[in-house]
Amino acid sequence: MTVRASVDGIDVVVPEGTLIIRAAETLGTFIPRFCDHPLLDPVAACRMCLVEIEGMPKPQASCAVTLTEGMKVRTQMTSQVAEQAQAGVMEFLLINHPLDCPVCDKGGECPLQNQAMTAGRPDSRFGGPKREFPKPLAISTEILLDRERCVSCARCTRFSEQVAGDPFIDLLERGSDQQVGIAHDEPFNSYFSGNTIQICPVGALTSTSYRFRSRPFDLVSVKTTCEHCASGCALRTDYRRDFVMRRLAWEDPAVNEDWNCDKGRFAFTYMRHGRLSAPLVRGSDGVLHEVSWSEAIAFAAKGLSALSPSVAALLGGRLTNEDAYSFAKFTRLVLQSDNIDFRNRPSSGEEADFLAHHVAGTGLVVTYEDLENAPIVLLVSLEPEEESPIIFLRLRKAYRKSGLKVAVIGPLLTRGLRKLGAQLLSTVAGGEAATIDSLLAGDLRGSQSVLTALKKKGAVILVGERAASSAGAFSALIDLANETGAKLAWVPRRAGERGALDAGALAGLLPGGRLMADAAARADVARVWGVEPSDLAVRRGKPQEKILREISEGKIDALITAGLQISDAPDVDTFKQALSEAKFIVSFEQRLSDVSSYAHVILPVASVIEKGGSFTDWEGRVRHFNRALNDSPAVSDSTVLGMLAKEMGAPNTGWRIDEVQYEMAKLLGEGPTGTKKEFKRAGAPTIEAADVKAPPSGSAVLSTWHQLLDLGVMQGPEEHLAGTRRPSQVIISPGRAKQLGVATGDLVTVSTVNGVVTLPVEIDEIHEDSVWLPMNSPGSQVLVTLKAREGATVKVAKA
Amino acid sequence: MAAKRSSQKLRPIITEHWDDPNLFTLAGYQKVGGYKALKAALKKTPDQVIELVKASGLRGRGGAGFPTGMKWGFVPKKGDKPRYLVVNADESEPGACKDVPLMLADPHLLVEGVIITSYAIEAKEAFIYIRGEVPEAVRRVSWAVKEAREAGLIGRNVAGSDYSLEVTVHAGAGAYICGEETALLDSLEGFRGQPRLKPPFPAVAGLYAAPTVINNVETIANVPFIVTNGAEWFRGYGTEKSPGFKLWAVSGHVERPGIYEAPFGITMRELLDYAGGVRYGRDVKFWIPGGSSVPMLTAEHLDIPLTYEDLAAAGTMLGTGTPMVFDTTTSVVKAVTRWLEFYKHESCGKCTPCREGTYWVVDILQRFEQGDGKKTELKLLDDLSNQIEGRSFCALGDAAATPFPAAMKYFADEFDLATKTPVDKTFDPAATMLKSPVAV
Repeated sequence: MTVRASVDGIDVVVPEGTLIIRAAETLGTFIPRFCDHPLLDPVAACRMCLVEIEGMPKPQASCAVTLTEGMKVRTQMTSQVAEQAQAGVMEFLLINHPLDCPVCDKGGECPLQNQAMTAGRPDSRFGGPKREFPKPLAISTEILLDRERCVSCARCTRFSEQVAGDPFIDLLERGSDQQVGIAHDEPFNSYFSGNTIQICPVGALTSTSYRFRSRPFDLVSVKTTCEHCASGCALRTDYRRDFVMRRLAWEDPAVNEDWNCDKGRFAFTYMRHGRLSAPLVRGSDGVLHEVSWSEAIAFAAKGLSALSPSVAALLGGRLTNEDAYSFAKFTRLVLQSDNIDFRNRPSSGEEADFLAHHVAGTGLVVTYEDLENAPIVLLVSLEPEEESPIIFLRLRKAYRKSGLKVAVIGPLLTRGLRKLGAQLLSTVAGGEAATIDSLLAGDLRGSQSVLTALKKKGAVILVGERAASSAGAFSALIDLANETGAKLAWVPRRAGERGALDAGALAGLLPGGRLMADAAARADVARVWGVEPSDLAVRRGKPQEKILREISEGKIDALITAGLQISDAPDVDTFKQALSEAKFIVSFEQRLSDVSSYAHVILPVASVIEKGGSFTDWEGRVRHFNRALNDSPAVSDSTVLGMLAKEMGAPNTGWRIDEVQYEMAKLLGEGPTGTKKEFKRAGAPTIEAADVKAPPSGSAVLSTWHQLLDLGVMQGPEEHLAGTRRPSQVIISPGRAKQLGVATGDLVTVSTVNGVVTLPVEIDEIHEDSVWLPMNSPGSQVLVTLKAREGATVKVAKA
Repeated sequence: MAAKRSSQKLRPIITEHWDDPNLFTLAGYQKVGGYKALKAALKKTPDQVIELVKASGLRGRGGAGFPTGMKWGFVPKKGDKPRYLVVNADESEPGACKDVPLMLADPHLLVEGVIITSYAIEAKEAFIYIRGEVPEAVRRVSWAVKEAREAGLIGRNVAGSDYSLEVTVHAGAGAYICGEETALLDSLEGFRGQPRLKPPFPAVAGLYAAPTVINNVETIANVPFIVTNGAEWFRGYGTEKSPGFKLWAVSGHVERPGIYEAPFGITMRELLDYAGGVRYGRDVKFWIPGGSSVPMLTAEHLDIPLTYEDLAAAGTMLGTGTPMVFDTTTSVVKAVTRWLEFYKHESCGKCTPCREGTYWVVDILQRFEQGDGKKTELKLLDDLSNQIEGRSFCALGDAAATPFPAAMKYFADEFDLATKTPVDKTFDPAATMLKSPVAV
């Protein structure tokens, strides 16, 4: 349904329910505004957008009135009443504003400043004392508040309450004393707090990390893609003289809308701390020495050539699509090996089969829009607020706007899930498959409405990467999706995993989900690579865990690692053992890592802002970005692999980014040259649901996942951001708390034979047999300390 | 002569038994016929009660004068949401003092009205939001509700009928804005009291997003009388557009301030007679018909009939119908400054014109009071009033813009004088005190 009306005498036809302010935008008429934001509920508080509507005695707030049939609206362009009303409001807004634009972070990109130019007076008529507040007020370690600059538009408070579901800031006091504030000792530790800075129409909210660092007009802005998680946010990277000063959310309605999370916004300084500027080669003295690129390449090529094909490539999960693709190609073509894995985390063979069968190369199957319009979204082994925060925001939007039903198979209705109004189908970690089976069989208590909703058109199931630690979960989910017709999507945590999978960086898989074992698929890939099918590695490779074991067994001699962190590995000891026993290790790194001490050659590579490329988000959407810092001498992994390939006598074309992207388009069916051919796909995994046994007395089944802000190395140097981390705590059930005789805040130990984690306890309605720990937070590094993965049985005791 | 005319006009209906010291008890109220109207109402269908009130022409006594029956009729009776009645007893307007005395003297009248109104709109729950600064009123009404519940008039099966009702008395925490009906709802829900965006109107999505009727105390107090005596009887008082009678709470510089009940159409001159005239035989300088939010009038307007329509024609409003009288010792500059200080203090802060406008206007007016105003600022004050009025979020913000322009209309010379001479030099503060020690 549309309505026809007129704005400034110009006919407009807009969908029913369109606000006047939006309708005017379609004509190119910008009605000034402060409180209005298209993704927040209208509030009509600032009164800046007043317009004249024929037949109405008073000017109306165009941000809150919908256009109706035949309505005649006059904006400031044609109405003196509207113009004067707006000028009046602007004059009021400025009386208590400090007009400290020359020292304000917002100066130069400030809606108040800009609109004061169009609707303000050249001189102030106000002569009295202005309202003053002590400044700045740190409402968290990351967000600073200058209250006297605030125009009380309530965008920040509405964002926090409506969008993020974190009403940690609110308006306090009244009248001209009204101010934004936090509760006593309750800082604004929302994962999405940085968005409030971006939508603040004045300079009232600033970040500790950017405050007074730069002026907007000295910055160059580049559209980039976030490298942290698989949500795929479009970012605006602002740099000045080869230094990134800040990052913001870039508006992308299909993906992150106007938002991003604080990790994506603030955790970028790792790019400038401790970067390697020259290649390092381990000399006969056992010490790493800086050498020239040509020497390093020659050394690496010689070492790899000598040991090929007994070589494996392990990738860290945050490579760009292009780099992952180049590793996949380099391994098969140059190293003649299929030993490649991008999963440096707890993984499984069932997972590899699931990915090959259901995910690799399938393109855009489930989108953010699908989540928004779904009758139900079922989450399995996925904690969206922590592991894919933009999925969380979209689910919350749908929950608020249309009452989306969210159900979750997991141990606990977390705070994040409660903000989605989620229904919990409670299980211990490892019991997912059994729960899915009984859901499908209709004998899971209270789950009938979930099953019914899953059978509706548009239903979605999202499974996280942690399902790899739950035997049978992927197999059961394929059954569930087939039986109900719901669409099933995989949500990895890291930004590069989906792209690496599509690029063929997994044993047995060529780009686009093509099977190594499929002759037609091999021929197709070989044609694009300009080689004969027989030039590609033949023997099926191994997954990471087996690769590491085979190194120790002497079956694999050399390793290429890229962006790898040992502490992320499912078995840290095996990893270290393998690294110390490998005959030759070439490591691609931006900064020294825990792999560096084992590497024979370290090749420094570009960070995301120093190279072009793309990430593929969980949807399967390819998110291209351009090189931001053009003057940087840093080179991408692909370029370095090209140098190595040339040195090793392999074809030396096809490694430059444009060539890589051309090939990828041909193989993955994306872009103008893309063709998508159908090849044989891998079969579905059919692993039986694991038997779930109650843990022995004094023990529990471990549930664990990464918190959004934790000890991840890319967040390392950003201490202000770290201050907004959630506290590390262990979660147990009230029953277990009673048994242990502990109250909230008491210390509790969680232990295995390998180690002990001691943390304050939080008592929540977690599954009686479960205990939860943060995976990689201060005081709780599960993989390193306990050497256990999710689903393991651990001892829980009072400290 | 004037006195005789007045005696015909004076007609205590609501206030008829206020002299009885036991009226506030259930027994006292029932002795004078209390709760008979409820029983009569319960014999009618809810829709019949609404039709009756519509026919009576009763208009809201909270200030806006909206037809009560029509308001009740807006509430959708279908749908799965409950319906609520909320009584606005947050009487905070400067000059208004009629609801609090009513609650103190005759709380059961309010309770009976609440039950009948709830029955008419088919609400199962009613809330009485009482101004928190008057704990006596909160106590009296709470007591009355308790007595009524014990007598079976509230709760399951009201007075033996099929109808059930719960009544909750809630004390506000002292904010003028919470008298604005949607801010009142926010406050009642436990939020910070700030007005809500309309639409949706409370009749559709009010308290807890359910259909809600919000009525003033005095409005509700009229309902039992209409039920007992009929619409025709009610229309026998007042004028066609302003039917019925009113609690005229006369205050200010009069000999006998108080509540004078009379039909609409009585004049201020007559009310002044009842109130013993202006104190010490002085003259009226200016008066406001119904709270500080309505524009002031002067002695030349004393014969205007006090009706919605006649006052609107005179460029002001009936408001709450609580006239405040100021004698010739009063500085209009000072009075306007005090009012604006009130509006500044009570501004909720939500919208810019009210929040910033009152801050600025007060800054200027306080300097005028010190004799430090500038001539150019008179034009500025006028501009600022125009920048507030009709631009604010709610009617309370608009109200902040009324005192100054009205004062300028009649007393521009006083503001002129305040550009040179402090107000206290022109008007001896001692002379204007309530019990003035100085004979003027």
